[in-house]
Amino acid sequence: MDLDLSDAERAFQAELRAFVREHLPAATRRKVLGGLTLEKADYVGWQQILHRRGWFPFNWPTEHGGPGWDPIQRFLFEEEMEMGGAPRLAPFGIRMVGPVIMEFGTPEQKARHLPAIVGSDVWWCQGYSEPGAGSDLAALQTRAVRQGDHYVVTGQKTWTTFAHYADWMFCLVRTDPAAKKQEGISFLLIDMKSPGITVRPIIALEGSHEINDVFLDDVLVPVGNRIAEENQGWTCAKFLLGHERIGIARVAFSKQQLARLKSIALREQKDGAPLLADPRFRARIAEVEIELLALEHAVLRILSEEKAGRPAGAEASFLKMRGTEIQQALTELQMKAVGWYGLPFVPEAMHAGWNEEPIGPDYAAPLAAAYFLTRRATIYGGSNEIQRNIIAKAVLGL
Amino acid sequence: MQFTLTEDQTLLQESALRLMREEGTLARRRERVASADGFDRRLWATYAELGWLALGLPEAHGGIAGPVEVAVVMEAMGRGLMVEPYLASVVLGGQAVAQGGSAAQQAELLPALAEGRLFLALASAEAGGRYNLAHVETTAQREGAGYRLDGSKAVVLHGASADQLVVAARTGGALRDTSGITLFLVPATAAGISRRAYATLDGQRAAEVTLAGVSVGADAVLGTVDGGLALLESVVDHGLTALSAEAVGIMAALNEATLAHIKTRKQFGRAIGEFQALQHRAVDMYVACELSRAMAYMAACKMGAPAPERAQAAAAAKVQVGRSGRLVGQEAVQLHGGMGMTDELIVGHYFKRLTMIDTLFGDTDHHLARYAQGMTG
Repeated sequence: MDLDLSDAERAFQAELRAFVREHLPAATRRKVLGGLTLEKADYVGWQQILHRRGWFPFNWPTEHGGPGWDPIQRFLFEEEMEMGGAPRLAPFGIRMVGPVIMEFGTPEQKARHLPAIVGSDVWWCQGYSEPGAGSDLAALQTRAVRQGDHYVVTGQKTWTTFAHYADWMFCLVRTDPAAKKQEGISFLLIDMKSPGITVRPIIALEGSHEINDVFLDDVLVPVGNRIAEENQGWTCAKFLLGHERIGIARVAFSKQQLARLKSIALREQKDGAPLLADPRFRARIAEVEIELLALEHAVLRILSEEKAGRPAGAEASFLKMRGTEIQQALTELQMKAVGWYGLPFVPEAMHAGWNEEPIGPDYAAPLAAAYFLTRRATIYGGSNEIQRNIIAKAVLGL
Repeated sequence: MQFTLTEDQTLLQESALRLMREEGTLARRRERVASADGFDRRLWATYAELGWLALGLPEAHGGIAGPVEVAVVMEAMGRGLMVEPYLASVVLGGQAVAQGGSAAQQAELLPALAEGRLFLALASAEAGGRYNLAHVETTAQREGAGYRLDGSKAVVLHGASADQLVVAARTGGALRDTSGITLFLVPATAAGISRRAYATLDGQRAAEVTLAGVSVGADAVLGTVDGGLALLESVVDHGLTALSAEAVGIMAALNEATLAHIKTRKQFGRAIGEFQALQHRAVDMYVACELSRAMAYMAACKMGAPAPERAQAAAAAKVQVGRSGRLVGQEAVQLHGGMGMTDELIVGHYFKRLTMIDTLFGDTDHHLARYAQGMTG
């Protein structure tokens, strides 16, 4: 065992750091580090800058246009991106549908869809959850009925993040209502411009709009847009979940949030001294820092195993559990750190263009909203209770 | 970066686990605990043959490998619920001599330690000092060319079986000053030393040690005069790391035992492990163990780092292990039901040791405060 970076890893890290410093647009960095609302152009613009350097999609093999990095290099990349204030790379194309197409797609499907992800020409969204199918995803009801060369798709998807940005949606649909519920599902790629699709915003409890309902009303989808065989969609879905678990721990993001928490607590005052010096508050920060350190080393152990050719299975579910619990603890402490100034709610203050005098310290505006929004983290991506079910069954044999 | 064990470390782990499977039965444990010394000298000789007593000591004096290998062995010993003075003698005593000893002290003591002919013990804590290593009331006053030691030391692990004691005494400064502490190597049978030996709740041995006018030469000083605290902190950090690894082995064993139990124990006509309320608790126990393992080995890798970084790593590991150990120990008993409360089952024995590990050299609260103080930002 050796926790120190090798010379090559150190040089790689320095290269990443310098690149973010030089090429990340200042306006985007300000928004990210200030916790302000990002626009689609912030995400896509940065992806394209990374792509020109050959680093997007950072997690893809060279044969499909990625840099072909090993798991440790990918970890270092994510860390430098977060610490440098880069926006999170939307996972839908590069972490979700992309790997599914690589694994299960036909040569034609690969040729059509993978380059469009690499070039950020297409924004993807995920059509999984439905009003009646959340944790029990396989209970989904959206129907796809074969008619000649097409499927006719009817149903409702929900909690669809950035559906209002999306050009395409990958979607789980029911193709065989008579089969056992996991065995009657297919995986379709649907053009969001297809007639019959309606996107309706869902406003989250703190006022933001990221998620949507997507209504599908007799939408025609060519059979050639089906990934894998008919009724084999659940295999694709499980494959995708396995890819999602480690990244969703978001260690680098939490490290950045921890640094932000400390900087806020240094500026906030209690009894004439920085809040950061208050023993009780400091101990609370220390607790989260230790939890994050443990998570980071658990992630790195699993990535080292993966690098050695032993990829993790369901045991990685605990990384999602701990990662999201830590994200929540950090946003909660950030909100608590600003005391009274967690209260003012000025939606305009969450946007970079707002020029009025802030109420209270400028860093305080988005903190309470971030706390409320981050409660979703233990619900999405398979709720933490579902992750426990997965570990209980697949790892502990219960 | 490499976060997995090397091939050699994996071989060590396999051989350690093999030995623990043979020796780690509850029946064998009961024999050891009931013996006069409170441990098995034959097993100690086996450790010596396997090279375990040389781990982490300098190669010039018969030593081999480092803190990661110590952690591998300690994890296995946790699983085997061993009672030999490995922590007391090899880790704490051995590191004190390895890090602070003169060439002559090392040449005299380390080969004997590695061969299993010598037992050391660390006499650092005092009544009323809790976990503050600088709380040293024991005095060492100049006397001719040497020193005269007076004071009392609390809960010296395996103090009665030790041949030599590493004693923290005050050569200057006031109580709790960080300077003015010196470590001394004192023969355990020196005139003026009395040892009151006793068993601990977790089946180990310890002693209260009183020093009344104990004379030692100047060559008994370990490390620098008045500068002993830094050495003591480093030694204790090695001990914390080793204890963290031991705790991981115990947690893994408790989790296995608990899983086996809830898969077979039937109530309401089915295995209780089919109930989701218990499944989720078993998962939390599993996660607690995995996070502790990551932290124990992280800390082991940091033992050679500069002092502030080393201290933060050891403190963080002890906090993680303290919290995880409390959860796993308490839940293992709860999920075993009434049987978990009996002496008959090994579960209770694991639980007791795991609980006492939290106390040793500072509990979770202590190390959280220590970590918070040393935290950057």
